[in-house]
Amino acid sequence: MPTPRVKMPATAAKGEIFEVKTTIDHDMESGQRKDKDGKPIPRKIINKFTVTYNGKQVFWSEWASAVSANPYCSFFLTATESGTVEMQWHDDDGQVYATSQKITVA
Amino acid sequence: MSQLNRRTVLAGIGAGAAAMAVAPQLALADKAAADDMISKLINGAKPQDGKVRIKLPQIAENGNTVPFTVTVDSPMTEASYVKAIHVVADGNPAPGVASFYFTPTGKAEVSMRMRLGKTQDVRAVALMSDGSAWQVSQEIKVTIGGCGG
Repeated sequence: MPTPRVKMPATAAKGEIFEVKTTIDHDMESGQRKDKDGKPIPRKIINKFTVTYNGKQVFWSEWASAVSANPYCSFFLTATESGTVEMQWHDDDGQVYATSQKITVA
Repeated sequence: MSQLNRRTVLAGIGAGAAAMAVAPQLALADKAAADDMISKLINGAKPQDGKVRIKLPQIAENGNTVPFTVTVDSPMTEASYVKAIHVVADGNPAPGVASFYFTPTGKAEVSMRMRLGKTQDVRAVALMSDGSAWQVSQEIKVTIGGCGG
């Protein structure tokens, strides 16, 4: 099971813009490679990444085979209210890997 | 290099040609296909140069992990924000790298790491909330390609 890792501040001033840095361990098998017998290795990538802030979708991304293994993605949000930022990574095989972080807005 | 005579050179060229002949499925994406893809993603808008910046290394020694950051000039308010940024590498087997979708929050900047198969131009196209589209293109030299063999 891939493990997501997220770095973002635990507290922020109201209106402050903060960065969220995310990564997850995943091979992102591109579908371009062949095994040692010359057979193509089927594609298996995370094709979608979504972010909600207190349940509202604030950022999302669609990924192709050209995204590197152990995909890294960082982006910025505005601290509007205390709550939870939740991230979900959607795998080609239908699995969804999720994690969330709390933020206190003063 | 004194070992390099006509015979070894010809053998090398022959091997290269044979390798290309047996790998037609690795045909690379071309600019026209990439243009077509971008046009669909930005609802047919004509991208103008400007507003978008891409930070890339000049030379990527390893095409497997090439970091990039795309920034767009935008206040990111309800009245005016970046709806999407599309990153395209038309020298790869498939041109698409990633599409990022925004709401009026934070700032219009995103970072990621991508695979590049060879030396090529990387393009970032931004679609704004007013329907206009802006772009930037930058060449990057790739020493060892990152699309597997």
